[in-house]
Amino acid sequence: MAVRLQADTFDTGAEISRLTAGRTDAGAVVTFTGLCRADGETGAISAMTLEHFPGMAEEELDRLEAEARTRWPLLDCLIVHRYGRLVPGDPIVLVVTLSAHREAAFAAANFLMDYLKTTAPFWKKEENAEGAQWVDAKQSDETARRQWR
Amino acid sequence: MKLRYFAWVRERVGRAEEEIALPVDIATVAGLVSWLKTRGEEYAAAFEHENVVRAAIDRVHVKPDATIAGAREIAFFPPMTGG
Repeated sequence: MAVRLQADTFDTGAEISRLTAGRTDAGAVVTFTGLCRADGETGAISAMTLEHFPGMAEEELDRLEAEARTRWPLLDCLIVHRYGRLVPGDPIVLVVTLSAHREAAFAAANFLMDYLKTTAPFWKKEENAEGAQWVDAKQSDETARRQWR
Repeated sequence: MKLRYFAWVRERVGRAEEEIALPVDIATVAGLVSWLKTRGEEYAAAFEHENVVRAAIDRVHVKPDATIAGAREIAFFPPMTGG
């Protein structure tokens, strides 16, 4: 069980290896990696800065992980979220779920991302030709979260 | 009581956090927002669209009708855009 916030990048392959090392009970590992796109929410961007609420961000992600574990039989779970300044191509977020069978791992990873997007206290500010602009929350993300209720 | 602001709420208020002495007749988050809006243009701008700004009491999301009795820290921020 782990949630990590960091300014530095992460290595998805290394995280999978670490989580699965020595295990013989996991039949499925699902990972989602979110990347910074050049075609941002506010147009073509050169960079973005992720602001977060230290303390609450970790606690909220812990709560989401605990909720996922009540819904699916997860063997392990990892959420890594970056903060600070990122450029297009950089990884932003990683969700890894381990379970005996793939259905639980897929569903839990999907659930964690849908909730994380709308309830974890992070805010993106994109740098584009006009300066820096805060990204507006998307209704589609809220709709995606509500499907889980 | 400590108030904290994030993202564009922080930029509009002009500070990241502050200690305030709360009037005794304020019972809810919505009441606190109404009172903050009377404190100056920067607060009026930050809470211009009251329904948009989210709140957390002691690092847990709350609705506008949440009671603030016993709160140590209340944070205000825009809808989240992480992930």
